[in-house]
Order: sequence, then C-alpha cells, then structure tokens
Amino acid sequence: MTAIEQDRARGAADGRREKSTRPSRIFRNPMAKLASLPMIFTALVVFVGGTAWTVFYSFTSSSLLPRTDFVGLAQYERLWTTSRWIVSIKNLAIYGVCSLVLTLVIAFVLAALLDRKIRGEAVFRSIFLYPFALSFIVTGLAWQWILNPDFGLQGLVRGWGWESFSFDPLNNPDIVMFGLLIAGLWQGTGLIMCIMLAGLRGIDDDIWKAARVDGIGTVKTYVRVIIPMMRPVFITALVLIASGIIKLYDLVVAQTNGGPGLASEVPAKYVINYMFQAQNLGQGFAASTMMLLSVVIILIPWAYLEFGGRKQ
Amino acid sequence: MSNVSDLNMGAIAGQIDSEPRGPRPRRRFSRANIFIYGTLLLVSVYYLLPLYVMIVTSLKGMPEIRMGNVFGPPMEITFEPWVKAWAEACTGINCDGLSRGFWNSVQILVPSVLLSIVIASVNGYALSNWKFRGSELFFTILIIGAFIPYQTMLYPIVIMLREIGLMGDLGGLVLVHTVFGMPILTLLFRNYFASIPEELFKAARVDGAGFWGIYFQIMLPMALPILVVAVILQVTGIWNDFLFGVIYTKPETYPMTVQLNNIVNSVQGVKEYNVNMAATLLTGLVPLAIYFVSGKLFVRGIAAGAVKG
Amino acid sequence: MTDTMTNPRQTTEHSVEIRNLDLSFGAVKVLRDLNLDIRDGEFLVLLGSSGCGKSTLLNCIAGLLEVTDGQIFIKGKNVTWAEPSARGIGMVFQSYALYPQMTVEGNLSFGLKNARVPRDEIKSRIKRAADILQIEPLLKRKPGALSGGQRQRVAIGRAMVRDVDVFLFDEPLSNLDAKLRADLRVELKRLHERLDNTMIYVTHDQIEAMTLADRIAIMKGGAIMQLGTPAEIYNRPQNLYVADFIGSPSMNFLRGTYRDGAVHGADMMVPMDGYAWAGDWPEGREVIFGIRPEHIVTGDRLPSVPVKTEARIDLVEPMGSDTLVYAQMDGRDVNIRMEGTAEVRPGDTVPVGFNPARASLFDPETEKRL
Repeated sequence: MTAIEQDRARGAADGRREKSTRPSRIFRNPMAKLASLPMIFTALVVFVGGTAWTVFYSFTSSSLLPRTDFVGLAQYERLWTTSRWIVSIKNLAIYGVCSLVLTLVIAFVLAALLDRKIRGEAVFRSIFLYPFALSFIVTGLAWQWILNPDFGLQGLVRGWGWESFSFDPLNNPDIVMFGLLIAGLWQGTGLIMCIMLAGLRGIDDDIWKAARVDGIGTVKTYVRVIIPMMRPVFITALVLIASGIIKLYDLVVAQTNGGPGLASEVPAKYVINYMFQAQNLGQGFAASTMMLLSVVIILIPWAYLEFGGRKQ
Repeated sequence: MSNVSDLNMGAIAGQIDSEPRGPRPRRRFSRANIFIYGTLLLVSVYYLLPLYVMIVTSLKGMPEIRMGNVFGPPMEITFEPWVKAWAEACTGINCDGLSRGFWNSVQILVPSVLLSIVIASVNGYALSNWKFRGSELFFTILIIGAFIPYQTMLYPIVIMLREIGLMGDLGGLVLVHTVFGMPILTLLFRNYFASIPEELFKAARVDGAGFWGIYFQIMLPMALPILVVAVILQVTGIWNDFLFGVIYTKPETYPMTVQLNNIVNSVQGVKEYNVNMAATLLTGLVPLAIYFVSGKLFVRGIAAGAVKG
Repeated sequence: MTDTMTNPRQTTEHSVEIRNLDLSFGAVKVLRDLNLDIRDGEFLVLLGSSGCGKSTLLNCIAGLLEVTDGQIFIKGKNVTWAEPSARGIGMVFQSYALYPQMTVEGNLSFGLKNARVPRDEIKSRIKRAADILQIEPLLKRKPGALSGGQRQRVAIGRAMVRDVDVFLFDEPLSNLDAKLRADLRVELKRLHERLDNTMIYVTHDQIEAMTLADRIAIMKGGAIMQLGTPAEIYNRPQNLYVADFIGSPSMNFLRGTYRDGAVHGADMMVPMDGYAWAGDWPEGREVIFGIRPEHIVTGDRLPSVPVKTEARIDLVEPMGSDTLVYAQMDGRDVNIRMEGTAEVRPGDTVPVGFNPARASLFDPETEKRL
C-alpha cells in the first residue's frame, strides 16, 4: 500500500517536472472531502447501511435481539396473516386516498380563492397555515378534545335540542379514520395551499389576459389552462402528501392510540410497537420493509416522470 | 323583493343609456365576492376552531367544563390549569409538570439546530462550489434517504447509539436530529450557494482564499437569509418531533411532546381537560411564536424545503 | 346609435377613440386626461421608455385594466365597460402567452370554441390564419416545441382567428433576438398591408416604431408628448423630450440667444433662414438650438449648406457604414455622423456646417418647439 503510494507520488513528481500534471485526483481539494464526511457517513452508513440492515434482518427470526437466524419469508407470511397488520393497511388506504384527494382539492380551491386579489390575503393565509407549525401530538390532542362525545361537537349539537345527533368518530370503529382525517387535513392542507399559491403566482399574467381576451370564464380558465400548467406543482404536492401519509404515526398515537380496539392502527405504529414494545424485532423489520416497498412503488413512477421525462 | 330588484335593474339600464364612462359600476356584494369571502370565512372557522377551543378550555375551571359547551367562553377566567400543567401535572411517578419536558426540549433543540445547520451549510457549500468525484452521488443518496420511512432506520440507529454509549442520552437524540435534518438542509444550502454568482467564488480563489476562507468570509455572511430559514425549519421540526424523542430518550429526558402525550393520554386519575389543553397550548407555543414572528420567512422556508424536497 | 346610422363615415374614420382617459393605482396617476383618435386601418405605435404608461394604455383599450375615468370607443361603440372578449380586439403579448398544454391548433381554436363558433367556421379561419402566417406544419405541435419566432406567429394567429377589427400588440418582439426581430418586423408590416386592420403596437424600440408606424404616439409620464408620422416626429419634434428621445445618437443641443433673425452661440452665429417657425420669434431670449448628428455635414457636402463653422475632434468611432465622431463645437460636446470613408483623427479641427432649416429650436423654459 505504502509502496504504491510512494510510487504514485514519485510518478506525480516526475510528471510535474515534465509537463506539470495535476496532483492525483484523490488529493485534490481535500478540505471539501473532509468537510463532506458527515454527509457521506449519513448517506452511506445511516441511510443505505441502516436500510439494508433492516431489510436483511427482516429475513431472520430476531425477537428480543437481532439474530442472524434465517427463516426466509416467514416473518412476511406471519405479517400478512396478522389481522392487526391487515387492519393497519386498510386504515392507511382509506386515510390515504381521502387525504390525498381532499388535500389537493381543498388546498387548490383555497389557493385559487386567495389568488383572486382579495382583501386580507395575508390574514387568511396565516389562518390556514398556522396549524402546520404545530406538532401532530398537539393536533391530535386538540381534536381529541373537540371530538369528545360528551363535551365536544356532539354534545354541543345535542345541547341545541337535537338529542339524537351522533358524531363520535373517535369511539366509533367505522368512522374513526375520518376523525383522524379531520385533524390531519387541518394540520397539513395549509402547506399544500402555500405551494399551490406559489405555483399560481408563478403563472405568467399574460396567460390570464389572453384567456380574458379569448372570453374564457374564470373557472374554465382554471380547469382548462391553469391546472394543466401546474402539473409539476401537483406532482410535488402529491409526493409530499403521500410521503406524509406513509409516515402517519404521531397523530394516531395522540388522538386515538390506535383505538377503539384496533380500529385506527396504522403500519408505522405497528412497526414501532413490535420493535420497541412487543420485543418482536423480526415482525418490526418485515413491516418496515413493507413500508419501504410502498415508498419505492410511489417514488419510482414519480422519479421517472420527473427525471426520465426531462431528458427527452 | 322583486320590486327592489326591478328598481335596481332600471337604474343600471339608465346608466348604460347615458354612456359608460369611468370604472364599471360594481356591486359591493357581487355573487363572486360573496362566494369567495363566504368560503374563506367558513374555512377559517374550521382552522381557527381548535385554537379557540384550546384557549377557552384552558381558562375554565373543571366544574364549568363538566357543564358542557366546549365552545363557550369561560364565565370565570382562571390560570390555575396553566400553572398546574407547567409545574404539577403528573407523568408516571414524576409530578413536576411539563416544565421538565420543556427544559429537555430546549436542551435537545439548541445543540441540534446548531450542529445540523453547521454541517448542512458546509455540505451545501462543498456540493455547490467544490464538487468532487462522487459528491453528486452522495447527495442523491442523501435526498432519496429523505423519502425512506424512518421506521427502516430506527433500529440500526439504536445499535449505533448503543455502540457509542449515547443511547437514551440527549446527545444521541441530537445526533439523530442532525442526521435526519441533513437532507433537506443540505438541499436548501446547496441551492442557495449555487445561486450565488460563480464569479464571486472564482475571484476569491484568484485572491488566494481556500476552502474555509471562502466559506467563512464570503459564503456564510451572504447566507444570512437562508440561515434564518434553516433555523425556523429546524426549530419547528425538532420541537415538534415525537417519534425520535420517544424512541431514543428515557422518561427522565423525554422531550416536551412525549411528556405532553403521556400527561394527556394517561389512563390514571380523573381527566382534567383544562390542564390538558393548557399543556397542549404550552407545547404548541414555541412553534406558534416562531410562526407568527417570522411570518413570510416561515412560508418561504417550508415552501423552499417542500417544493424542492 | 342613431348617430352611427346617419353618419357611417364617422365610425369608419375612427377605429379607436380614447376620451379623457384617467387611470390611477391608488394615489399614483398612471394615465392623465389622455385623448387619442386612431383611424381605421392605421398602424399606431405607442412609444416610450419603461413606466411611461404605454402598456397600461394598451391594457385599458383591451379592457384588461379598468379605467378610473374617461371613455373608450371601438368602431364607434362605447366599450368602456365591455369585457375584453366583447370589444372586437385581438391581442399579442410579449411573452406570447400561448396555452402550453394545447397544440397550436388548440390554441387558435380555444377561444372560438368557447364562443360557440360553428366548427366549419373555426376550421376555415384557422386555415386562413395558418396560410398567411405559414404555420400549417406546426398546427399539431405544442408551443414548447416551437422557436420564439414561431411562437410569436402562433400568438398573432390567435389574434387573427378572432376576426376582429383591432389588433393590439404589447411589445411582441422584445423577447426575440436581434436578427429574428428584424425579420418579424418586416413580416408584421406585410401582414398589416395585407389585412388592413387597425393595429396598436406598444414598443420601447424606436427603430420598430419608425419602420412600422403610420403614426407614432410618444408617451412620457402617462401623457402623449407628440403624436405624428415618423417623419414629423423625426424632423419636427414638438418638444425637447421627443427631440432627445428619437434618434441615435440623439440630437445635439447648443445654447444661445435669438437676436435679429439669428441664434448667437458662444462663438457661432446661425441665421435661421428657412426655419419653419412653430411659434413666435423669441426675439432677445435664450433658446436651445438642436441639430441631429447626421445633419452636421463635412467635406464635399459643405458647400451645399448655408452655415459653416469648425469642430475639434475628441474621439472617433468607426462603425463601418458611417463614422461617429465626438467633437467640440461652439464650446459644447456634440456628436457628428460622418461617412464611413471619412478620415479624421482625434485632435483634428475640421470645417463643418449645417442647414438651419433642418435644426430645431426650443424654449428652455417650456421645452416646447419654437
């Protein structure tokens, strides 16, 4: 090793004498490389290494401690026969679809309304965005209180004299996911609205003028001209919402803690429960690998659209 | 009713006859305006309701809460729930309130924000001005890493922290925040430094400045706006974190969010909703203050972080 | 209405009329008491530096901005309150403003479909526009796949298919490079000759204005400084601003006193024989004497001009076709445009001369032409 390096050094020195070649590539701007070490460590060891480690150990029978005792796909078979996991997936699907559609629709409509040169735009924007500054824990606890069946919304309406009124999502397994959805939308739509508003502001004013000269109505201009032009913004929003949905955890812990029963369990919570409470690491690893897989399934088409399309 | 509208029509028709001049007469409450402001106001109620309910609940006594009407303003304002939430509320055996979590969070927050920003700004600087073989690859991995669910990396990090003896320690959590804040912050700084004219960098190099010289004397002073954005992003993000806090710390070092959840969702004892809401508000106060003070910068920060992330 | 019936001549004469137009954004007055009559089939250019209100005026005519006071008539119809689409105008924008997600054909037909124009009619209109603008091969493409010049043609096509009387152009060539700009300029002129529509054209480029316009309106601070043919604007600028704005390099200004039929400068006397006076003789008063660089002659042409003097040369800029000379004349810095073959060196003193009939005199106080 040292011999080779000496060789190389000598070669470099010879070269310099002859035609002043650059020093060996590895030793060029050493400071930049030194300064990038934390990034390289994070990227390679934590992100790639950590993920690979988890995937690797998902094929073992690790329980209390990680063990290299391979059991093939047994953890996955068990995972997909565990009703709690199945319920988690179904819940996330319901929450995900609703959240995706409603966030996009609400955020775009609000952004479009704010873009109509209205008075008090800054005030409205602050109102719609402030929940985003709050944690999911705070969000979940606040909505848990508002949806409290005795003192919250239901109690209020019943107090008005409508005795049979029933809106108790946090204790009704059928609609508990919508209880979470109300809180999730409250917290997250503001951000997407801001992104959409920025997108709308980025549209050339002349396009609006051209549409007016052409006699296209406002709504039709949005639908036929503006929304197609905002495709990249919508895709960004989609990726953001989707990656947020998969990570859904804190909100559930705070608002329902997975209840009533298992009715609002979600995959992320499954992983953490099995890894850190049930001491069944293998299940946790298998479940988190499934989460990783779902992200890959979402990301690949997006990356393809975003970066594959650009080359043409 | 019909009479009134007929009269209006007549008036407008009359104006048209007398030749249009100046701005088009506009009704103050046009249908479009009613729709726009009506919708915005209605939606505002949805967004403001929880904050309002939290505030009024935290100012009521328990007897008043049990009488119902969560939306009514307090008949008798009391700050006792706030005092109790801060200094007396119990989690498990500890009954010293949220203050413990608050100070834990502060101890986590300050070094995490500093360390993550220092590292990410140097990374971004190296990536935009000192590209080396493989630098883009590492950066790409870093960005992709931002999309990997944390769950797949949680346990390996437990092992790493155990190895270096920082598991359960605040220092360990600081490292975790630094690592997971790195993708977005690096991206933010890289894009910002890339937008600074390259001539400036070249001129500094011609003048003989090196890697750190250019960083400290040229780039960092110019990066003030993005530093503010990064601080806002990190303070909010780290303060609001629950997942890492609950996994990488132990009960004595729990950050505020974890402690809050334990206080509110504890199954023991009588539920004191007013104390719970005071505690919730206390936890939300720091990011809310940052949000309302920083205003447009906050929007810029999250938009920059989000759109490009 | 009856007026139009009994006197159709009047309506065809004036295509666009603007009466006492005011426009303010809050406290800022952008247009002030502006009056303008544009004849049918005329090519009118609104010329001015940025912020002079020219684009604002165009947007008012289009109905994209609401006026604060005053009236706008198009083809004799009061359109002050009318929607842009109902004004009988077509508009071409600086950024083209094509709908990027639609094909060229889609761009041309979108407005017509929306106005429920019959399908056959749409087809024939698109065909005609595509023929004239030579964009048939592009009809199925999207704007993203077109060059700047092609995009601008499509944008003009979108205005054409609307089958309107008045075309509005908002700096349509500014985003193109110099060569393409010159080409499209010629095409625009041909298009105007062929279509014979009224065209109102906003630009800050005086070459475009001079070459395209039937009449030019030079604007400053929300008011029209002069309205006239390119020749009038060039030869008889009505005020100092217009004199200075038009021409490159701009007009030379010397100071002097007018006495006994001549302007007396520092060491030069110019008898104003043959000068077409616009106002009273400013006997005994100070005047500003303006002469264009290309109207100061040297060499062989010297005998043909009545006034002769000398200039000391400071700097010479050979431009190929002609030579630009920075010199001292009557104690002031002047520019002289000489022939490309002129052989002069800095430091030389050369005999120069000019014809006072080609000069302009201005009142230093009112800045108006005398």
